[in-house]
Amino acid sequence: MNDSQKTILMGNEAIVKGAMAAGVQFVACYPGTPSSEIGILFSQIATNNDRLYFEFSTNEKLAMEAVVGASFSGLRCLAAMKSFGVNVALDSLLPFVYTGSKGPAVIVVADDPSCHSSAQSEENSRGFGQLAHIPILEPSNAQECFDFTCLAFEISEKFNIPVMVRITTRVAHQRGIVEFKVQSSKYKVSEGEFVKDKNRFVTMPPRVLEMHQELLDKIGKIREFATQSEINKIYREDPSVNSNAGIITSGVSFLHTMEALEMAGLDIPVLKLGFFYPLPEQKIRDFIRPLEKVLIVEELDPYLEKEVAAIAKDENCRLKIFGKNILPEVGELNPALIAKAAAELAGVSGYEAPEPPELSSVKHVARFCTVPACPYWRVFAAVKKAIPENKAVFGGDIGCYMLGAGPPHNLYDFLFSMGSGIGIAHGISKAAGGRQKPVAFIGDGTFFHAGLPALLNAVYNKSNILLVILDNRITAMTGHQPNPGMGKTGEGESSPEVKIENIVLALGVKPENMKVVDPVDDFEGTVKALQEFYQKNEVSVIVARRICALLEKRAKR
Amino acid sequence: MDKTFNIVICGVGGQGLVTLLNVLARAAFIEGYDVKTSELHGLSQRGGSVEAYVRFGRRVWSPIISKGTADLVIALEEQEALNGARFAGKKSVILINRFQTPTLSGDASFEQIRQELTKVSEKVFFVGASEICQKELGVEVVSGIYLLGYALHNNYLPLKKENVIEAIKKTMPEKFWELNIKALELAKQSTK
Ligand SMILES: Cc1ncc(C[n+]2csc(CCOP(=O)(O)OP(=O)(O)O)c2C)c(N)n1
Repeated sequence: MNDSQKTILMGNEAIVKGAMAAGVQFVACYPGTPSSEIGILFSQIATNNDRLYFEFSTNEKLAMEAVVGASFSGLRCLAAMKSFGVNVALDSLLPFVYTGSKGPAVIVVADDPSCHSSAQSEENSRGFGQLAHIPILEPSNAQECFDFTCLAFEISEKFNIPVMVRITTRVAHQRGIVEFKVQSSKYKVSEGEFVKDKNRFVTMPPRVLEMHQELLDKIGKIREFATQSEINKIYREDPSVNSNAGIITSGVSFLHTMEALEMAGLDIPVLKLGFFYPLPEQKIRDFIRPLEKVLIVEELDPYLEKEVAAIAKDENCRLKIFGKNILPEVGELNPALIAKAAAELAGVSGYEAPEPPELSSVKHVARFCTVPACPYWRVFAAVKKAIPENKAVFGGDIGCYMLGAGPPHNLYDFLFSMGSGIGIAHGISKAAGGRQKPVAFIGDGTFFHAGLPALLNAVYNKSNILLVILDNRITAMTGHQPNPGMGKTGEGESSPEVKIENIVLALGVKPENMKVVDPVDDFEGTVKALQEFYQKNEVSVIVARRICALLEKRAKR
Repeated sequence: MDKTFNIVICGVGGQGLVTLLNVLARAAFIEGYDVKTSELHGLSQRGGSVEAYVRFGRRVWSPIISKGTADLVIALEEQEALNGARFAGKKSVILINRFQTPTLSGDASFEQIRQELTKVSEKVFFVGASEICQKELGVEVVSGIYLLGYALHNNYLPLKKENVIEAIKKTMPEKFWELNIKALELAKQSTK
């Protein structure tokens, strides 16, 4: 089949279609909003399909490493994760860019400006371009999600380097019309074979320094490729008008910019960059040369603005650069903000955004599910009953149970990144010389992701923390992805379940310091266990095991 | 239609905003318009305030709707209408489902909501969608589609009904077609 289709797709769906069109054979994902649909869709495609291998890896570093291995074995690969996932995977991403890929490899990363569905930080993964020297493409709409994913495979294949496709919430969860070709893959997964090539895959010094140089040379070549590329393009260029102002932008900011210029009725040429790293330097030079002023429209950090400033120094040193001086560095952008900035750039007396009406603000606070009732309601009720809240220190972690930070629970005293609750609780335990009792919470998914080394460290270094593992038998928050505790792989096959209590004991927690409870059927037993374990002076663990109510309801259907 | 038509859908997570968004976007696509939408997923959506945008017209750039530019606001929960109405102006149509769920952070009464909204627009309509759907169809999850029907039958939405029905068929599994089409038609009876 090779038919052209036209339909409405979500950005994440278009990325999956793009990868399929590029003949992807091997996909490893770790869920995280706003990237999660990518894994869910690949998981469906890979079920009973010998042309695609898919796994939900236990964490992002493992997804990255699976892709490295498959790429070294010649397969066409993709990994997808959210912004924070790259932090976890980074240790293996850096050397991968050094060795380069063999089979093409594409890493999709979804950022979340405004933190619509993220805690922790308002991370900007564009920074990894400079840090890792990984080429980065930035699609703005669903069509480009498809096109740029195909292009990313092409670049990776041509230059033997992994390529990042960086999207944001308003791209991942944007729907729009996409024209694309479907074709069934000509490849089989079993085609992979690792052919020994130590010079290529072993990053030991002094070879690693040569690799570093080779990487920089490669980036030079990709920069030339970027300069020729059609995905860096000027819009609203009117040769009859001698504009002294211009705008440079990329990603969803480009869409907001075009909207803004229409709203404000301004005619300003816009250079849209599809490549964020390496930047098509010559194109930027040519664009800014005749200008007196330029506005850089980008969300979060002024990475692009600084690059343009550096280029302008020798190209057009009188160029006035506008950017973060008139646009916010925190939170996502929108057309109204940009319209105002563009009016300022053009020197026309202010664009007036329509005044929003004055209304009282209401906010529905996110909460554990009520129909059907989430078992976490009972866990937190038991904690409140069993443990003196003013005395204990409560550590949160990442998952649905984060909601314990908000009303009506207001429980956590700190909350960081996946798996960090145990590590930080341990630090507090040691700092207070055992005078304070940290109680940390972690879900089954997060425990598998990053909890194991943390618990090992706490036990071995003689901490006194009480750890409550909320085992709802699934990675729930990101859309119910399977994890090693529930006996299903990403391709829907069964695999032996890993028992959390066995891991806990293997990590050195004493059997008398470990208990499994059901917080719904045995609420009183849960309260009692919490009361008893709270008194212990060693690391103790309560596994509160009760299936996610939504999952249970679905299973019954 | 020259100007882009902007629809803001607001409610609380779990009320089926995305289903409604999908039907609207598909119907506009079938009619030959350019379409863009934006929605949010994840933790803050679990029972929390949510907003989604549907935009269609000759050429649509941004997926986001700017304050004061919504043509139609559909509030699936009464209090959330106060959030949705930030996107409204004097000429906007605001359709509100007469259904409330507690915010856990200070609730607004029906009377307060009504008073504030009538200052925003002249076309504010409170519709007992949840109650009617529960009574007539035995389920309230289709109240969004009911409101869509209400907008269609009153000419508040520049789309053809047959295209909306086609969109329901394209975006939902077959077992839900009948129920949703019924909800759409049911709204005809409450047309003023
Ligand atoms: C490094 C990183 N990867 C992914 C995410 C996205 N994420 C948020 S919660 C979560 C899973 C939580 O699963 P679990 O601990 O089982 O808790 P549940 O939601 O089931 O209560 C994930 C993957 C993240 N915040 N950080």
